[in-house]
Amino acid sequence: MGLLSLVVFIPVFGAVLVLLLPKKNITLIRWASAAITFIPLVLASYMWTQYDLGLAGINNEAQFQFVEHVSWIRAYNIEYFIGVDGLSFPMVWLTTLLSFLCIFASWNIDRAQKGYFSLFLLLETGMIGVFVSLDFFLFYIFWEVMLLPMYFLIGIWGGPRREYAAIKFFLYTLFGSVLILLAMLALYFNVSNPETGGHTFNMLHMMNQSQHSEWLRIFDIRLWLYIFLFIGFAIKVPVFPFHTWLPDAHVEAPTAISVILAGILLKMGIYGLIRISYPMFPDIAVYTAYALAVLGVINILYGAFVAMAQKDFKKLVAYSSISHMGFCLLGMSVFNDAGMFGAIFQMFSHGMITAMLFLLVGVIYDRAHHREIEKFGGLGVKMPMYTGVASLAFFAAMGLPGMTGFIAEAMVFLGAFSVYRTLTIVSAFGIVITAAYVLWTVQRVFLGKLNPKYENLPEINGRELFTLAPLAALTVFLGIYPMPVLNLMRTSLNYLITLMR
Amino acid sequence: MDNINSLLYFVPELFLSAAIMIIIVIDLLLRRKQKNFTAHMAVGVLLVAVILALQQYDLDPVSIFSGMMVLDSLSVFIKIITALATIIIILFSLPENNLKSEYYILLLITVVGMFLMAGVNDMLMIILSMELVGLVSYVLSGYNKDNIKSNEAALKYVIYAAASTGVMAFGFSYLYGMTAETNLIGIQQAILDHPPAAASLFISFILILGGLGYKIAMAPFHFWLPDVYEGAPTPITAFFSVAPKAAGIAVLIRFMTTVVAHPGDRYNLEFLQNLEIHAPLLIAILSALTMTIGNLSALQQKNIKRMMAYSSIAHAGYILMAFVVFNSQGYEAILFYLVVYLFMNLGAFSVIYRLTPVLGSEDIEAYKGLGYREPFSSVSLAIFLFSLTGLPPLAGFIGKFYLFAAVINAQWYWLAIIGVINSVISLYYYAHVVRVMFLLKAENETSIQLTFYDRILLIFLVVPTLLFGVYWTPILTFTSRSLGYLTGLKL
Repeated sequence: MGLLSLVVFIPVFGAVLVLLLPKKNITLIRWASAAITFIPLVLASYMWTQYDLGLAGINNEAQFQFVEHVSWIRAYNIEYFIGVDGLSFPMVWLTTLLSFLCIFASWNIDRAQKGYFSLFLLLETGMIGVFVSLDFFLFYIFWEVMLLPMYFLIGIWGGPRREYAAIKFFLYTLFGSVLILLAMLALYFNVSNPETGGHTFNMLHMMNQSQHSEWLRIFDIRLWLYIFLFIGFAIKVPVFPFHTWLPDAHVEAPTAISVILAGILLKMGIYGLIRISYPMFPDIAVYTAYALAVLGVINILYGAFVAMAQKDFKKLVAYSSISHMGFCLLGMSVFNDAGMFGAIFQMFSHGMITAMLFLLVGVIYDRAHHREIEKFGGLGVKMPMYTGVASLAFFAAMGLPGMTGFIAEAMVFLGAFSVYRTLTIVSAFGIVITAAYVLWTVQRVFLGKLNPKYENLPEINGRELFTLAPLAALTVFLGIYPMPVLNLMRTSLNYLITLMR
Repeated sequence: MDNINSLLYFVPELFLSAAIMIIIVIDLLLRRKQKNFTAHMAVGVLLVAVILALQQYDLDPVSIFSGMMVLDSLSVFIKIITALATIIIILFSLPENNLKSEYYILLLITVVGMFLMAGVNDMLMIILSMELVGLVSYVLSGYNKDNIKSNEAALKYVIYAAASTGVMAFGFSYLYGMTAETNLIGIQQAILDHPPAAASLFISFILILGGLGYKIAMAPFHFWLPDVYEGAPTPITAFFSVAPKAAGIAVLIRFMTTVVAHPGDRYNLEFLQNLEIHAPLLIAILSALTMTIGNLSALQQKNIKRMMAYSSIAHAGYILMAFVVFNSQGYEAILFYLVVYLFMNLGAFSVIYRLTPVLGSEDIEAYKGLGYREPFSSVSLAIFLFSLTGLPPLAGFIGKFYLFAAVINAQWYWLAIIGVINSVISLYYYAHVVRVMFLLKAENETSIQLTFYDRILLIFLVVPTLLFGVYWTPILTFTSRSLGYLTGLKL
């Protein structure tokens, strides 16, 4: 078993291990889970040091790293084929980091801890698996494996409307994934493996346009398959009008799960589009690029406007995610260096920033037991440290220079401006609205007169700070010097862009 | 092959028939308290029958009893599936001590009937074998004599079955009138030689489809099923949902591959172009109808057995989907699905069966908070239900995957889309049960303990459901080898 397989499967073995621990010993369960999630983080960090920045990946197996490629179900050409390139590796690393931190954010889970932590670990395997799979069937399995733990994690440990939110999330995503299933099957029967001549689930062969059958070269068919895949991925992103599951799921989920949802799961939609839809249907991607840009702008503006109207702290953060994902879509739709880099970097950066925001909301919710923005006020006096971290996170979300959000958004604008001038100008208003709701929220929560009810609110504690500090540090560090991450992506993205042209 | 020589190829059936008679006699000699012995004997007999059937697996396809029946790997496959299902059902029923030995003997008789159905090659044999299974089934569904619902179930079953058989026999008479043959292969030849008028062939096709459709619960011939499933004793319901259905599907495959389409080369059944009956389109519509009706009705059910009844209608719809393509890929997918369905459906029913007496109700409401009262069987039930939904990495997903693959490969896209949307709908009611078990608080927090025996039985069903979701090459080999008859049967 290779290094990458270990990163994928250690959490699921850990899940079984946690199940075997005694139910009463909650401390042991927590620390065991933390230890288990720490291993993939260490391994992934080690892989980062071994990562060869010169290899592109995308559609060439020899250019992938940490590849493992064995036959799984021979009769149906299903393979266990995993590997990473510049597109997936940053996300794998981010997943291992967030999973580790989220264990600490789950410290307060007050019932059925055993079930919670083992489901969480199962979820981690699913997430990492999605990012490393290079066989479409394997990708689909991992994609679906995430659903079940997510359903239970929201449904059992969530807020008051958890059942509704959980089933809504489940039904929406399943609807999307069955469309992916259909597209996957249609591709399977119409792509041949150049070595054997048989059908194949190998994504890299599916990207090879010369292996597409006659039928798969028909424009309408390609367009439909692209739309099927797009809907499947768009529900995860979520792209307007498929976004309605998101506010419910994010608000009802426990803090750590909101972090995972916003930090990782949303990125899978973008990742799927870039990993699968783009290289397999480059012509259609270019053909529909304008529509994607429009959807991106709608996401940016709609998300920001709705966020401004929210009274619930967590809902505000949820809608801000929709808005920020719009930048990814806009950046993706232009196929030039700046736009693409911006989109992928936004994936990474938003993963950290939104994770911080959800963690911060969790901190205040644990203390005040509500999230209504209007009822807070003047917390800056009582909780200066909390306010400091929160301001940093909020300013990062706003896109303040010196933080990752700024770099990502600036690159997206830079790329998009040369292609869609009007759209970019319109979307720039999103920044203004974002600034408005961020500043307004900061003002209402942290400034002004202290609500006497919160006279005795305790300051953020060490454990909570521990979950936030790495993310805050990264946001600032990569905001000043983004090269470590950009270098990871560079070769792959440049290659992808030439491929798309 | 003449009748005497055919007996050599009829060993499992002969053995079963003899064993049934011997068991009846032994049973008379037993005292009241030893009735479980009959059940043990029945399991033993069935195991021997499975072994005998396996002996036939590698034989070349032969037609026996002057063409009344065939023996090929498909028939062996169906025999194994039905016998296995019956063994599991008997093992379920064992701990229940008030069952009389008739119960087990009747089950054995249905197995003989299903063995016959597995190899039918003649219209008369179709009616005879289906009636043998049917007659015993009516009795079994009314087995709880004191329960008014059980009585209702038996009566409804008889009436529906009688009507459907009548319709089917009427269709057969049309077919006989056109071809002067009762043998399926003979009919095929006659149709090829002298194509009859399309209209009359269409009428007989519809009538026969009605009779066979009732057996596998195809809409619009499904109305009997929810009441029978609800009223019959739970193990019998579980039995109905798997074993006779598998046998009915075998008959349908025989009928489709002979009368409706004829085997061309190994992998592609050339559709009988001269029959202008649009069979694929018709079956596609019926399949879409079956799964949609099944799923939409299941959404509203409050009784879990009734919900499972509608869900089994929906699954019949999924299986029918693969009939549309008329090629070996489709049949292979169907057989694969039968194997997977056996484990997950029997598994779900077994949990329901065990819990009903403890909970005192079959209502889904009664499962509130069960996940905390009896984690083991609740988790198992959740696995079975999600497998029925078709979520990876469970076996049900692989089964559905092959069905959809067959449909997509033959480019029936609209059908595939309806199929996947139905899967999404089905998630709602399956997940509802899971929701009630895990997401709601129990009113009564006392924990429930399953016996060790029940746990072992459950593990026996859970493990394949999980395992075949990750590694299923063995079933794939088994099913693809079981299509031997497609090589063409020489008479």
